[in-house]
Amino acid sequence: MTIALPRRIERRPISFDLSKPTLYAFAALLCVLIVLPMSWLVYYSLVDPSGTLTLDNFRQLFSEPAFLDPLLTTFIVATGSSFFCCLVAAPMGWLVARTNLPAARTIRALVTASFVTPPFLGAIAWEFLAAPNSGLLNKLYRALTGAEQDAYLFNIYTLSGLIFVICCYTFPYVFVLIANALDRIPGELEDASSNLGARVWTTARRITIPLALPALLAGALVAFLQAMTLFGSPAILALPAGFHTMTTKIWSLFQYPPKPELAAAASLPLLILTVMLLRAQHFILGRRGYSVVGGKSGNPRLIPLGRMKWVAFAACMAVLLLPVILPYAALFNAAFSPIATTLLTPGNATLQNVRFVFFELSATSLALKNTFILGALAATFGTVLALMISYLTTRKVVAGHQALGFLATAPIAIPGIVLGVGLFLAYTRPPLVLYGTLWILLLAYLTIELPAAYQQMQSAFRAVHSELEDASRILGATRLQSLRHVTAPLLRTSVIATWCFIFVSVIRELSAAIILFTSQTKVVSVLIFDLKESGDLGAIAVLGLCMLAITFMVVILINRISGFGGNLRRVAG
Amino acid sequence: MQRKISRRTILQGSSALALTGVFASPIRAAAPPASSITPELIAAAKKEGKVVWYTSVDLKLAQQIGKAFEAKFPGVACRVERTGAERVFQRIGQEYSSNIHAVDVVNTSDAAHVVVWKRNGWLAPYVPEDVAKYYPDEHKDADGTYASFRIFLSVIAYNTNLVKKEEAPKSFADLLDPKWKGKIVKAHPGYSGTIMTATFQIARDLGWEYFEKLAQQNIMQIQSASDPPKKLALGERAVQADGVEYLVLRLKETGQPIEPVYATEGSPLIIGPNAMFKGAPNPNAARLFQSYCFTAEAQQLCIDIGGLRSAHPHTKEKAGRMPFASIKKMKDDAEGVERTAAEIKERYTKIFKV
Repeated sequence: MTIALPRRIERRPISFDLSKPTLYAFAALLCVLIVLPMSWLVYYSLVDPSGTLTLDNFRQLFSEPAFLDPLLTTFIVATGSSFFCCLVAAPMGWLVARTNLPAARTIRALVTASFVTPPFLGAIAWEFLAAPNSGLLNKLYRALTGAEQDAYLFNIYTLSGLIFVICCYTFPYVFVLIANALDRIPGELEDASSNLGARVWTTARRITIPLALPALLAGALVAFLQAMTLFGSPAILALPAGFHTMTTKIWSLFQYPPKPELAAAASLPLLILTVMLLRAQHFILGRRGYSVVGGKSGNPRLIPLGRMKWVAFAACMAVLLLPVILPYAALFNAAFSPIATTLLTPGNATLQNVRFVFFELSATSLALKNTFILGALAATFGTVLALMISYLTTRKVVAGHQALGFLATAPIAIPGIVLGVGLFLAYTRPPLVLYGTLWILLLAYLTIELPAAYQQMQSAFRAVHSELEDASRILGATRLQSLRHVTAPLLRTSVIATWCFIFVSVIRELSAAIILFTSQTKVVSVLIFDLKESGDLGAIAVLGLCMLAITFMVVILINRISGFGGNLRRVAG
Repeated sequence: MQRKISRRTILQGSSALALTGVFASPIRAAAPPASSITPELIAAAKKEGKVVWYTSVDLKLAQQIGKAFEAKFPGVACRVERTGAERVFQRIGQEYSSNIHAVDVVNTSDAAHVVVWKRNGWLAPYVPEDVAKYYPDEHKDADGTYASFRIFLSVIAYNTNLVKKEEAPKSFADLLDPKWKGKIVKAHPGYSGTIMTATFQIARDLGWEYFEKLAQQNIMQIQSASDPPKKLALGERAVQADGVEYLVLRLKETGQPIEPVYATEGSPLIIGPNAMFKGAPNPNAARLFQSYCFTAEAQQLCIDIGGLRSAHPHTKEKAGRMPFASIKKMKDDAEGVERTAAEIKERYTKIFKV
């Protein structure tokens, strides 16, 4: 370094610090990403088809049963899902984090599996399992009880069926929030309580539960938001039953003849509610500070469950049968049996679906290609963007960095389908006609994934002390140079984890893509939805299993690098 | 609401194209002379290398037709873009108004669509040799922009494991019997051109009351007209209120427990025309494919493996199927569908809630 010093000093006067222009460039980019589509959304909601200002769209929205019913349904679905998610996830989170539950790692892995399973794929798999007549579970029930031909145990095409399936793929959010919160509660507080003579239940009631309550409330809100903004599951389960939720209603307004003004108006309540709920969550989590007053404390003490631990383990596994084990088995069955819900035997196993998907279906290769390109591009751009923005905000490089942080987290409040509508309205018109290109999908994915990526990179930056960069700066490097040569290598693990995380999220995204795709820019999730509408279930199973295989390869890769739980928590937060 | 692409939509990305929609006068010229498949055409098509076919025919059949074409003309790939006819219509409208010309040849099960596309001046006049020589006048456009690629019916059907032959419904009126409550599956006119056409014909002949009563039967509402036969084969529902005949025949002939019912009131007649676009990105491959589709060979393939009917007089019906002439059919009326499509969708959504 001493050798390098004189040379660097000579360079100093001619090098220009790019941090300010960079800040402005990113701020402008984020504005384009977020503000432009949202402005068009608001504009469209306030005009009629001829372009005159009107409140008529909102009058229709809040007076016609065709909109009020879905609004009410959405509220019931979201509340119900949120309640049941907490009911299941809270005890499970406690068992995994605070007790000597056997195979806790396996349980965490299975929760991760249900988190990365695309919800629409889960919904289709649950049709295989619990459609009233052809569902495998109902067939089993009839075979075991000798019940009549049209008797059934479960009917997935109902409101409760929908809530159940949404819970299956939403409870991981709550689980991770709670498990993480419980991980952080210092064991000493509980020990103090027991030392002072409190029994197990008193300690739980007076110490553990109050400390974990903010996380539980936050989890409830996150689950509510997820359930409210989900498109795939209701499209698959609610439409056959003859009811809409807000997301499927918005999507149906894009069918011929399209009514974008109404779609925009119907999107706004979702947007506003999401913003409000996130503010509430922020408020609740913001008060959590008191729980970690204890400074450095040891790992929380695990509560011995005694013989009950096997009961608890069985209960956890029973829960995890529902989002992971049973649906995966049903998909596997459908992929290789001649008819989707005929039980697979060595005698009837067939490769016809595999052959169809890979050698006959001409949409497969294009969809796979598009998905890989978009996944890789979104992951790369998203990671770079998150990296740069986190640097600017954590190192407080220039004034105004807070605005940048706000912009980068803001998309978390935009439900996928709302973003899809906004982008559609913004980019089907000159000067920037992006509709029909992969770019518009890339914008959508970038916007959707940015908040999680940003939060992840931000905490990674906080872990790297700035004195290393300062040293590099003292030796004459510009900010960007020190970022590239010092900080970036130190952050490599987090960067790779973030990249993989975005990639996985992109390949399972459906709700924005369903609004934005064209025939040439179809992605795998949209192709699966197409196949679902025409009832080609075997092909769906094969494509779905491929999607899961790719996802799990990436997840395992991340796990090799870092704990995936951390990423999950940040997304849920 | 009028069913024109020139409507004011958000999609008027390209003003040039929107203007085409408004001002293009319908082509009144007589059909161009017949075109045969020449070695020059094949060579030109090979140079383009592929043809993009937007269609609403059942996916497996569509891919089989595509593969048969590829086998006959190696070097020209057929990319099938399959979704419901109403989605195909919306997709092409949206793509054209964003100046995206991706479609070469289209096939729809809602004959009203070609009326609209022709009026917009989007279709290329092109008459394959077989169409000129053999197709009856009612199955080809006088201006040569389209011809009936496939003919079939929307039929009632039942799962023979779940319903005995004597108890099976014989008419649309039978479906309103309370004993079918919760046992009927039905496709959607907002997705499927077959169902759009069938809904028009049934509402015209039996009245909307029929649908209002049917809605009381707790039907399972799915999208594609090729899905109800699949749901019957799964055993998910006992009876389909509507759905494509060709897939019922196809599944029955491959051993599935399914049987078509030709309703005593008449079965809705569906005509599925093929047309070529002026803006086709692969014009020669499009001509070759359009010509191929109407050959007796391709038509016979559609009959034999697909279960479709054909207007080509050189084709033979498959033994074991009800002869087309002996089935009582409702009358088709593409212009009628064209005029009332938006109203049908709205009314249907009101009655069936989705």
